[in-house]
Amino acid sequence: MDLNYLLQLFISGMTRGSIYALIALGYTMVYGIVQLINFAHGEIYMIGAFTALIVATVLNMTGMPGIAVFAIAMVVAVVYSAAYGFTMEKIAYKPLRNAPRLSALISAIGMSYFLQNYVLLAQTSDFVSFPRLIPKFRFLEGLGGMLSSTQVIIFLVTAVVMVLLTLLIKFTKIGKAMRATAQDKTMALLVGININQVIAVTFVIGSAMAAVGGVLISSHVGQINFYIGFIAGIKAFVAAVLGGIGSIPGAVLGSFVLGLTESFGTGYISSDYEDVFAFIILVLILIFRPSGLLGKSQKEKI
Amino acid sequence: MNKLIPELKKSFVTALWFAFLTFPILVIKVNTVRNSILWRWGNLAAVFVLTMALSYVWRRLLEKRARGERLFDLSGLVPAKLRGIELKSVFAQKKNSRAALAVLLALAVLFPFVAGMYQTNIVTTALMYVILGLGLNIVIGLGGLLQLGYAAFYAVGAYTYGILNTRFGLSFWIALPLGAVLATIFGIILGFPVLRLKGDYLAIVTLGFAEICRIVLENWNDFSSGPSGISQIDRPPFFGIKLSVPQSAIYLYLITLALVVVTVFIVRRLENSRLGRAWEAMREDAVASEAMGVNLTIAKLSAFALGAFWAGMVGVLFAAKTTFINPASFTLMESVLILCIIVLGGMGSTAGVIVGALVIILLPEYLRAFTQYRMLLYGSILVLMMVFRPGGIIRKVRKSYVFKADGQVEGAGHE
Amino acid sequence: MKKRLVILTALAAIALLAFVGCADKGPKTIKIGVAGAHTGDLASYGLPSVKAAELVVEEWNAKGGVLGKKIELVVADDVCKPEVATNTASKLVGDKVIAVIGHICSGATKAALGIYKDAKIITISPSATNPPLTKSGDYPNFFRTIASDDAQAEVDVEFAMKKLGFKKFAVLHDKGDYGKGFAEFAKGYLDAAGAEVLVFEGIQVGAVDYSAIINKVAASGAEAILYGGYHPEASKLVSQMRAKGMKTVFISDDGVKDDTFIKVAKEAAEGVYASGPVDTTKNPLAVKATEDHKKKYGEDPGAFFLNAYAATQALLNAIQKAGSVDYDAVTKALRSEFVETPLGKISFDAKGDAIGVGFSVYQVQNGVYVEIK
Repeated sequence: MDLNYLLQLFISGMTRGSIYALIALGYTMVYGIVQLINFAHGEIYMIGAFTALIVATVLNMTGMPGIAVFAIAMVVAVVYSAAYGFTMEKIAYKPLRNAPRLSALISAIGMSYFLQNYVLLAQTSDFVSFPRLIPKFRFLEGLGGMLSSTQVIIFLVTAVVMVLLTLLIKFTKIGKAMRATAQDKTMALLVGININQVIAVTFVIGSAMAAVGGVLISSHVGQINFYIGFIAGIKAFVAAVLGGIGSIPGAVLGSFVLGLTESFGTGYISSDYEDVFAFIILVLILIFRPSGLLGKSQKEKI
Repeated sequence: MNKLIPELKKSFVTALWFAFLTFPILVIKVNTVRNSILWRWGNLAAVFVLTMALSYVWRRLLEKRARGERLFDLSGLVPAKLRGIELKSVFAQKKNSRAALAVLLALAVLFPFVAGMYQTNIVTTALMYVILGLGLNIVIGLGGLLQLGYAAFYAVGAYTYGILNTRFGLSFWIALPLGAVLATIFGIILGFPVLRLKGDYLAIVTLGFAEICRIVLENWNDFSSGPSGISQIDRPPFFGIKLSVPQSAIYLYLITLALVVVTVFIVRRLENSRLGRAWEAMREDAVASEAMGVNLTIAKLSAFALGAFWAGMVGVLFAAKTTFINPASFTLMESVLILCIIVLGGMGSTAGVIVGALVIILLPEYLRAFTQYRMLLYGSILVLMMVFRPGGIIRKVRKSYVFKADGQVEGAGHE
Repeated sequence: MKKRLVILTALAAIALLAFVGCADKGPKTIKIGVAGAHTGDLASYGLPSVKAAELVVEEWNAKGGVLGKKIELVVADDVCKPEVATNTASKLVGDKVIAVIGHICSGATKAALGIYKDAKIITISPSATNPPLTKSGDYPNFFRTIASDDAQAEVDVEFAMKKLGFKKFAVLHDKGDYGKGFAEFAKGYLDAAGAEVLVFEGIQVGAVDYSAIINKVAASGAEAILYGGYHPEASKLVSQMRAKGMKTVFISDDGVKDDTFIKVAKEAAEGVYASGPVDTTKNPLAVKATEDHKKKYGEDPGAFFLNAYAATQALLNAIQKAGSVDYDAVTKALRSEFVETPLGKISFDAKGDAIGVGFSVYQVQNGVYVEIK
């Protein structure tokens, strides 16, 4: 197996990694603020994809140029996913703010069931083809099919989203409020931070990112159904934990580690055990770094 | 009257919001092949009217919850004669509570003879989940260790019986303890590497472990027959007599019921033992408990091992009941389902777990009448239950001790 | 101590429900169960069967039912899980159905069959392809309107080696009981015929990107891929292969011989081979069934629709020919009477496999499956 093969595996690992990262970013953000494993995050991603599909199909009929369809579908998907995330938080999580953490987890699982079946009933149980919204780039043809244009777009968007998110959290007022809330809710309240607002904004941003992921990934995969959110959500969750849950660069790093492990595992050993490699890496990393790659190891005060 | 207008306004805004929210998915149905659109405006109207009403109910209920009132006052349903009697005080007497338990048990034993095979079967399933719930409750409810890979131990039990029975003709009664012991060993093996991990990191590693087990079962054909599974597993014979299907349904029900009784007994004993108190101490504060002399390594490993024990046992029961097993039965969703049972029932509370299992398992069965809406309802019921009873259906009463004047200590209110 | 009361109430409620559930509605109708995955991740394989059964029953009822009685469907979801399937089966037994169209997944079917066999209920599956279901002879009450995995694998392998002349293969599957079963038989036939199997692996269902396994296949130098599984993964594989400019021939099974595959994979689907029942596009009954579905539900039928349609027709026909709903009479009629269905003129052999459901290989040409003669 030559260098070219290695390179190809590397690229496919990076593709997977950036796909996981797009979902994991939203996951980790919500977790960082409310310490909730948001099981329904994958469903928000699915709803984003469905909304984009519907909008794009309707617009395609009007004969609009492809790039405009893509832009509008993306914006509408982001708006709707954010709205769903916001509503979900209001209904299923906000009343549980002071309840045991596991209760909120069960509520999230219930929400996930609900949203899956909502789309199943309102749309279809079948797989539907997702329009190829991303145009083919000419300049990639020279690479001999090593990189597709969706891959390039996914790489770029992941990078941009990560940078924007880091800027938002580091330098804006709401970012500061988020960090304060993540550290200590009561203290944040005492210094005049509107916690409810901060949490709502977190859900909105997290869900919006899920929608971006949903649209891009679905264009890459070419098909969606009501169940796509579940598997993607689990993988993203693993990636987020791997990198240290709550840490934004950690989620991206974790996603790449996961994607590359799967890709090289498949390439050099067997795809029969693809997930096994992923989980073994996870266990190994967590045994040696119990709070993930970039997670802060919490010192316990006694 | 003056409250009506703002209430209406609130409901109207909510209804508008939901109409907006559900618009693309509920109203537009696109056909990507023929590029045609189906507009379903009726749905929009339905959502609007429904959310308008529901949002009012929702706000009332949340207000009630905030005031700490009961959500549904059922006292009107109790006959006037009984109204004065405090049920609590009736059952507080040991004599009465024992009698009630005896009646309950007698009813439970009689149940399969009255109900049909379907009812017997689904209640058997529910009872199996009672045991699973009680087992997982040791790990999560008592030990506070979030374990998301419980299905793996369940699989160990099921495959123990499945493989040994179909290949070597091993009987159910030998497999039952064997499956439990093997699962316990697995529990300990898993326990070692995760001793250092906490909270969600522990959860994800146990999840990973369970997925690894499942994938191995899928791939290792010579051992587990892969995804096509093991079929024709024997139902337990009744002292050597082969039973017909309805008979063995009753027999399995009774076996499961007996195991539930045994499990409840043992788990309650464990809870009040030295080990049980060590688990609870560990859950409340690991560092403090260690300082007080609790050996955390032993406490954690024993919680994992004892939790796995019950899962292994139920696994054997499961294989005997379905007569067919394949890896698809032991997915992450299975572990999540058992987690739902204990959280919904009330973490750490034995009675809660029992009620939780009955609700979680029987609810989808009785929701069959709603056919395609059943999982939708199931999801919303999970959310509603958690929102309005976050502590679970039956909340655990924490141990409290009352000091009496003469210096004696009296324990009260376990559970 | 309140908890005991709660348990008591809960149990009382269950008992009450049990009695309500037992209430007999009187045998005014002939009840037929339709079981399969109607919720969960595999719902898309189970729901089309319900629609098929509904259409057939509607048609028969409009003509006055069977044996002078109306036909009533009892739809029961098993989520494709063996443990739920046993409960589903006992529910249908309790509902006094005389036959069941289902189940969808082989695993769930196996778990449920024991119960049906004991209760003497005929079971006709539109999609359970696991060979031992019929070949083992354990289930005399079981029939199916789909070919078993080994039959399909044989057709595909013979086609690939003799017609297309390939010698080097990559065999992939989706790790499910259907896909892996097919892949294993295919590998067996390939080995026996002296072909080289360079890659034999299961892929991860639901994964977002398959480029790693695609690269591996490309690097192995295989001339063709034999894939066992369903169309969602197949279309992802094919699209990503073609996007990379890889031209390796893709050959698959009945799970892929579905129009959804072409709809989803679009131009990448061109040239893909898949085995399936003999040409159904020209069969007038198949055309009618599809049209009826479009009229009633406003969309194209899904997976195993025609198989379930044929199963329901064969069943009702057998009941009518037998002149009763007696188990022995109906099974005998199923085995002896031929009936016109969308799959052709079919009957069942002694083991329960359909006779007359021929298999041929199709290729996607200009967006439709065309039979290769």
